[in-house]
Amino acid sequence: MKNVISNVLAVFTAHGSSDRVVPPTGFTARLTVFTAAAMALLAVFALALALASGRLARQWGNELARTSTVRISAPAEQMAEQTAIALRVLQTTPGVAEARALSAEEQQALLEPWFGPDLPVANLPIPQLIDIVETGDGYDSAGLRLRLSAEVPGAVLDDHTRWRKPLVSAAARLRLLGWMSILLIGGTMAAMVTLAANAALAANAQVIAVLRLVGAKDDYIAAAFVRRFTLRALAGAGIGTVVGMLAILILPSTGETEGFLTGIGFRGSHWIWPMLIPPLTGAVAFAATQMAAKRVLGALR
Amino acid sequence: MDVPVIELENVAYSYGGGELLSDISLKLAPGSFHFLTGPSGAGKTTFLKLCYGALVPTSGYARLFNRDVRDLDRDAIALVRRRVGVVHQDCQFLDHLPVAENIALPLTVSGQDSIAQQSNLKELMAWVGLNNRANALPPELSGGERQRAALARALIMSPDVILADEPTGNVDWEMSQRLLRLLVELNKMGKTVMIATHDLALIRAAKSQVQARVLRISNRRLQLAGADL
Repeated sequence: MKNVISNVLAVFTAHGSSDRVVPPTGFTARLTVFTAAAMALLAVFALALALASGRLARQWGNELARTSTVRISAPAEQMAEQTAIALRVLQTTPGVAEARALSAEEQQALLEPWFGPDLPVANLPIPQLIDIVETGDGYDSAGLRLRLSAEVPGAVLDDHTRWRKPLVSAAARLRLLGWMSILLIGGTMAAMVTLAANAALAANAQVIAVLRLVGAKDDYIAAAFVRRFTLRALAGAGIGTVVGMLAILILPSTGETEGFLTGIGFRGSHWIWPMLIPPLTGAVAFAATQMAAKRVLGALR
Repeated sequence: MDVPVIELENVAYSYGGGELLSDISLKLAPGSFHFLTGPSGAGKTTFLKLCYGALVPTSGYARLFNRDVRDLDRDAIALVRRRVGVVHQDCQFLDHLPVAENIALPLTVSGQDSIAQQSNLKELMAWVGLNNRANALPPELSGGERQRAALARALIMSPDVILADEPTGNVDWEMSQRLLRLLVELNKMGKTVMIATHDLALIRAAKSQVQARVLRISNRRLQLAGADL
């Protein structure tokens, strides 16, 4: 543990001359920075997706879970009476906070997107809708269905379960997909840094031989490579994260009426999460390079 | 007798299924001077590598500063190498660093690059005649300058032992004499010196300057030579 801490500290405190023993390699340096930046950018988007889908899953679940609808289909002359009976039944049902029959204007507004504003609702045999708002504990939907079927034959209770479940399930899976993407991005980052570190170690076999000849310990040789790759990954991830956060920031938002696509982004304390990406990337690069260096150096006496 | 700085006992070394060295026994006393000779491919470089822990004997014992090389982990080997200055025929520099930094490399890797050590570096560079080449890169040096830079690097830690593998292989006679004088001077300071060379004229020239033991590797075995030189 003490060794690990000293190795981590060496990344930030190494003497300048120890960095110089490994020759500068412009191509792998640029490649590592670019890869880290691209991976960090993708991680920011995946994180935004995971957090937004989690937020929307909760929002959809809560909104739909608290409301339900009774639809009454009856001949026009019985509609008012059945509606009144249904409202009475609902008002005496434990767990129903509020029950309200939609007005003709409200029902017309619901149909407007499909049939336009000139639909003569009053002349059509449209079912009457009753909007129910539940209390925190909710009501017994099976019991309510039985009471409604006994007293209001044309009433159908829709507690939104069939809508809510797939929506919440889809959002939860989307969130899982987001987190899995972040893990994959982290794994890919580790793999790419390992490959780049292996290539650098192989390309510098002669340097390693000289360092060994003059009495360099493995920790010293490894530190020269680990420090270089960790700092490159950290810098690249920093750039990618800033660009990703700016891109998320300028995504269009529609505020309260947001849909899924316009809801992707960070809210409040969620902005802290992407800031963790550069240090995590640095940690991944540190571990990957440390392991690669130990393996390569271990194979040489 | 003082404890040998390097001791090989019945050492054999095999590589790729073939035995390169067989039944080698030798003690290098502190302050002694040895030449190691033999034809090309006889195993001189392999022998030297056994002497600084770069290779481990296939059988037998190699003791470096009284410690069995098999008991040394890589960090311990690194510490041994700080006490053994090695001069390779091909010198082995970091070509992207100036000569001064290459010579100071043993100090750098051991964390001893202090101001006092930097002062030693200047003195050492002057002693090997490279004080005006401090900022040159190794590829810009001549063969003789490279050998002197390699010697300076081997000496910067003030090692107990100096192992030189064909140090005069790429230089003219005058330069080889100069290098030899430097090595003899170091031996007179108490350093143990072993020079692997196939240059018999160099050995003959040394005999007038230093009491040296001449060893020859022949048919995979180490023999005491000298009477015929």
